[in-house]
Amino acid sequence: MQVPAPFEYERATSVDHAIGLLDRLGESARLVAGGHSLLPMMKLRLTDLEYLIDINELHGELGYIRVEADEVRIGAMTRHRELLESTELAEIFPVFAEAEKVIADPLVRNRGTLGGSLCQADPSEDLSAVCGALGAVCVIRGTDGERLVPMTEFHVGPYETAVGHGEMLVEVRFPVRPGGSSAFEKVERRAGDWAVAAVAAAVWLDDGVLTDARLGLTAVGANTVAVEGIAEALRGQAPSEDLYARAGEIAAAACAPTTDSRGSAEYKRHLVKELTRRTLRRAVAGTGRA
Amino acid sequence: MTAVNDHETVDKKPLGHGRMLRKEDPRFVRGRGRYVDDVQLRGMLHLAILRSPVAHARIVSVDTSAAEAHPKVKAVVTGEALAEKGLAWMPTLSNDVQAVLATDKVRFQGQEVAFVVAEDHYSARDALELIDVEYDLLDPVVNARSALAEGSPVIRDDLEGKADNHVFDWETGDEAATEAVFAKADVVVTEDIVYPRVHPSPMETCGAVADYDSVEGRLTLWSTTQAPHAHRTLYAMVAGLPEHKIRVISPDIGGGFGNKVPIYPGYVCAIVASLVVGKPVKWMEDRSENLISTGFARDYIMRGEIAATHDGRILGIRTNVLADHGAFNAQAAPTKYPAGFFGVFTGSYDIEAAHAKMTAVYTNKAPGGVAYACSFRITEAVYLVERLVDCLAYELEADPAELRSQNLIQPDQFPYTTKTGWVYDSGDYEPTLREAMRIAGYDELRAEQAEKRARGELMGIGLSFFTEAVGAGPRKNMDILGLGMADGCELRVHPTGKAVVRLSVQSQGQGHETTFAQIVAEEIGIPPDDIDVVHGDTDNTPFGLGTYGSRSTPVSGAAAAMVARKVRDKARIIASGMLEASVTDLEWTKGSFAVKGDPERSVTIQEIALRAHGAGDLPDGIEGGLEAQVCYNPENLTYPHGAYICVVDIDPGTAQVKVRRFIAVDDCGTRINPMIIEGQVHGGLTDGVGMALMEMISFDEDGNCLGGSFMDYLLPTALEVPGWETGYTVTPSPHHPIGAKGVGESATVGSPPAVVNAVVDALKPFGVRHADMPLTPSRVWDAMNGRAKPSF
Repeated sequence: MQVPAPFEYERATSVDHAIGLLDRLGESARLVAGGHSLLPMMKLRLTDLEYLIDINELHGELGYIRVEADEVRIGAMTRHRELLESTELAEIFPVFAEAEKVIADPLVRNRGTLGGSLCQADPSEDLSAVCGALGAVCVIRGTDGERLVPMTEFHVGPYETAVGHGEMLVEVRFPVRPGGSSAFEKVERRAGDWAVAAVAAAVWLDDGVLTDARLGLTAVGANTVAVEGIAEALRGQAPSEDLYARAGEIAAAACAPTTDSRGSAEYKRHLVKELTRRTLRRAVAGTGRA
Repeated sequence: MTAVNDHETVDKKPLGHGRMLRKEDPRFVRGRGRYVDDVQLRGMLHLAILRSPVAHARIVSVDTSAAEAHPKVKAVVTGEALAEKGLAWMPTLSNDVQAVLATDKVRFQGQEVAFVVAEDHYSARDALELIDVEYDLLDPVVNARSALAEGSPVIRDDLEGKADNHVFDWETGDEAATEAVFAKADVVVTEDIVYPRVHPSPMETCGAVADYDSVEGRLTLWSTTQAPHAHRTLYAMVAGLPEHKIRVISPDIGGGFGNKVPIYPGYVCAIVASLVVGKPVKWMEDRSENLISTGFARDYIMRGEIAATHDGRILGIRTNVLADHGAFNAQAAPTKYPAGFFGVFTGSYDIEAAHAKMTAVYTNKAPGGVAYACSFRITEAVYLVERLVDCLAYELEADPAELRSQNLIQPDQFPYTTKTGWVYDSGDYEPTLREAMRIAGYDELRAEQAEKRARGELMGIGLSFFTEAVGAGPRKNMDILGLGMADGCELRVHPTGKAVVRLSVQSQGQGHETTFAQIVAEEIGIPPDDIDVVHGDTDNTPFGLGTYGSRSTPVSGAAAAMVARKVRDKARIIASGMLEASVTDLEWTKGSFAVKGDPERSVTIQEIALRAHGAGDLPDGIEGGLEAQVCYNPENLTYPHGAYICVVDIDPGTAQVKVRRFIAVDDCGTRINPMIIEGQVHGGLTDGVGMALMEMISFDEDGNCLGGSFMDYLLPTALEVPGWETGYTVTPSPHHPIGAKGVGESATVGSPPAVVNAVVDALKPFGVRHADMPLTPSRVWDAMNGRAKPSF
């Protein structure tokens, strides 16, 4: 049995309580939500935290999917399984259920949360790309109240986020615009493995012409939750295989994969092209259904 | 294929061989198994091992003072401390030595450097971080190909006069005769084939609880061992404890696959710790420790060559192998077989000549080599020959099934002596191949493939035909550290006709408690449920070498049948007295003796058992009781065979492989419990898909192991494997008392080449003749782009 180093445990009973604990305990404290990233790291003794603040009791407060006319708001403690099973969410953003289906396994999905996934800021994590593609905005609450950070600025580096001392991510907001659809494609070596590469695509069409398009990439380097230049290249165009291929080229050029046991950098770049074409094709097809 | 509803058979269990549910399963499915980690003893302490963070370094100093000051720590032991007791080094199963705790140098990442004994597992683990080791880094030898290069760092400078990283050279077959057939061949195909380093990864990691009683001078060791008797003898030799004062208990074991054959430093540390602190000590390694430090498998770099005529007659096979043995030669193979049974690389084919040469080298990696259900390196041999035959089919543009069929050894050639000297006991290969092709619908699959290729879709059909050599082995040829590979068995029938059979082999999930009860039941007619199977405890079982290399049924299973027959012979004499008839006038029908021609005059085995223990006279010269003991020395190995067919589809855009179908037709001779055989085959096929598609223990250039967790070392799940389609043929072994052959490793041996052959077949439109395992999407994509050797 792999066992962690000694740590103190606190259980937060409300968001304010959790923020208060973070503020008081300082840098040596970490929040634990689903724990499927943090606990293995602790067991492998890759972290040096002194305090673990368990926020699972905040599921009542922060576990929700609220669909409004022009916005979807999802609480940070909403679990993967709830995201996977929400038909309301799948209708508006098919990308969510498609990504959730291939995130880890049922054990992880039963406990892991949206907020935990984003805050872990693992470049191989899938929901960050989904949130990037959907143009999400993160709501961060601290002792001084709330502030909004767009998904494109939420990650400041691998395993680092814009969430500061004494703050926590409480909600993620997604703008809803007409004529939109989305899709997710992932290549993994085995079910439940981290992605070799994955692509989340969102498109908006009006009268057969793309009005906007966004791509988020997974596991191909830092800062890929929203590929730059995609909207500019696709906006005003009619969807076509050539256009998808061009988007693939842009995405492949924008990422910086590395060679590791999941695959060569060259292969991962190839996947970005291939999966970009596939997700855009399906996302465009999906707009017809909405 | 037989369709049997297991639920139907629950209520009518066979009186002997046949399909029945496993007797041991109720305790496993109810969580009542008792594993080493479940052992709790009064006052038991916990041991944790400090391991080297680097692959190669000189140890400058080890400071344990802070760890010793930890309030819950009872002892901290270093290599230096062990050296003072003469225990710093131990013999390996291959006549090398291995450090129990490093004294001079560390030689692989994960090597044992020191251990802590503490009141609880957490404290022991915490205290490891308080030990300060200063290392003087040395260049590591990571790539086996450069291990013998001029100027390469010498890993084993502990060995007197050692100036290079050479372990051994080995060869088999006839080099000149092989050269001659290659010279006359129309076609010669050469291929470089790597069988990467993989890991058996049993669900339960390795561990031990050592309890030394200083008053009695007696050591009890619960340990995760596949060979309790052999381990006990070795502990006696190493630690100087008298063998009769050592009891090794191997309780329920959560999977072995060869990983639990070696003696690991951790076991010795636990024993030493109990001696030092005078209390029971538990050591249970964690997952990462298991993956980075315990017995790996394979790691053979092979150049294979096959020679044939234009019309597909295979003339010869030869190979040159570079074997990576890691930092210590600790592979578990019979003494005279440094390459295990790799010599069966001529496969199932009748050829004119064969030759193999091998060089084994030390590298700065964990030791091991023979593990993961490999039948002593037959995995590597079968992979080599089955890949080569497909390469030949590629060059000849021949159908791989027909090419195999054309070259198979014919039934009238058995017993067949191969060109490397192995005597295949029996086989009837063609029907097995045809049965697999029938189940698969081979011709229809080829037609479907042709259509799909025309549309640009990638579908592959891969075959393998294998012959295994299992059941080591005849004691004149086979021993491990001088211990002959025979197995004892003892059978006692109690007065009421129930029985207990004691085995020298040990189950790690193979179902021995059922299979062995069935073997005995078949011979003496006592229902399997009335026969208790005792195993895994040296105080309560006869001597024998344990369970690995698919040897349980071939060796110990034979012993069980023989001991039951011995009991039955005695029962016949007692019956003759009871029935007042001559023994020659008695007829045995399973469970009772009757007077020939007068079936009304009969006695059951239970009645005989009562008479054997009861009052009243027994025939002259017959002692009371109904029991016997044997030690079975196999005449030869058994040679199971099989034909496997794999069907894959590959996504041309992402290069992902989907195994659509897998057909496995096995011939393991007499089938004792078909359900257990199928379970063994299912597991082995899953392993094979894993090895072919995803499993590999790799290292970076500094010798850091990159496979230290199940996030990095991938095992297949139910989603990566298809519903298995199994079938069978039956060619009994002529020398085994019940005609059975080993089957535990057949699927692990036979399935990787079938999967790889299928993937390569799918990639034929890209001109691919070979690609190395594991065929991850990235590697398949490399192959599609003309790079058979992976780009990383």
